[in-house]
Amino acid sequence: MAVKVMIPTPLRQYTERKEAVEIEASSVADALQRLTAQFNGLRKHLYNDEGKLRSFVNIYLNDEDIRYLQKDKTPVNPNDVISIVPSIAGGSGSPLCICN
Amino acid sequence: MDRRAKGLRFGGIGAWNQGETAFIQRLDVMALQLTNEHVDAIRRSAAEGYPNECCGVLLGVGRDGLKEVREVQPLPNLRGKSERAEELLPLTASSESERNRFLIDPEDLRRVEKEARERGLDTVGFYHSHPDHPARPSGYDRDHAFPWYSYVIIAVEAGKPGRYTSWVLQDDRAQFDEEPLEIIE
Repeated sequence: MAVKVMIPTPLRQYTERKEAVEIEASSVADALQRLTAQFNGLRKHLYNDEGKLRSFVNIYLNDEDIRYLQKDKTPVNPNDVISIVPSIAGGSGSPLCICN
Repeated sequence: MDRRAKGLRFGGIGAWNQGETAFIQRLDVMALQLTNEHVDAIRRSAAEGYPNECCGVLLGVGRDGLKEVREVQPLPNLRGKSERAEELLPLTASSESERNRFLIDPEDLRRVEKEARERGLDTVGFYHSHPDHPARPSGYDRDHAFPWYSYVIIAVEAGKPGRYTSWVLQDDRAQFDEEPLEIIE
C-alpha cells in the first residue's frame, strides 16, 4: 500500500498534470525523495541548493503539519495523505527588479 | 519539456521570438483576468493595511492561456503576529517587519482552498502591497514563490493605492516575468 501525495496546482506541470501521486514510502522524507526522483522538475521548487526543503514549503501528513510531528522523519502508513502547502510570503525591499 | 508542451497546446504564443530559450519562455505567458470589482477589493485591502503590507488569495479558474479571477479573498498578514510567524518562516534581518514583509498562514490557505474547492474554484494567485515602494517584485518575493501562480503587487504611496502589476516566477526560479493583466467590467 502506498501513501498519496497531493500535488498543488502550480506544481502539476511537473507531474504530468496529476493531482495526486501514489508512492511506496516509509517516512515523509522518503516519500518526497521518491516523488522528486520520479518527477525531477519538482525538485528545485521544493528543495534549495543544499538539498533542504525550502523554508516556505510546509508538509502536512493528513491534517497535521509535520513540524509538530517528527518533521520529515515522521513515519507514514498506507493510505496516509501528504500535502505540500506553501507559506505564501514576500515583501518589498532590495534588490528590486528580479523580473523581466 | 513540460513548459514547451504546455505552450504548444496553447497555440504557440510568442513563436516570433528569436532563439530556443526565448521561445520556450514566451510560450508560458498567460494573462490574468480580473474585474474592476476585484481591483477595487485589492486597492481597499492595500489602503486599509497601510503602512503595513496587505495580502490575500486570488481564487478562480485556470484555462488555456488565461487565469480568470472569480474572488479576491483578503487574509491577515501574519508577519505582525511574531510567534506563529517566526515558527513558520523566521525573519533574517532586524529591518524586516510587517511594513516590508507579508506572510499568509498555511492554515488560512488550507481553509480558504478547501472552501473554494466546494465552489469549483482553485487558487490562481496571490496579491500583496508594497507600501511606499514600487510594484515590482523583490528578491524576497522570488525566493518564496512557486511557478504558475500570479503574484499581483500593488504600490501604496502615503496610504494611497497606486500602480499594480502581476508577475509569474520563471521555471528556473531565476526571475519573474511580468504577466499581462486583462481588466473586464
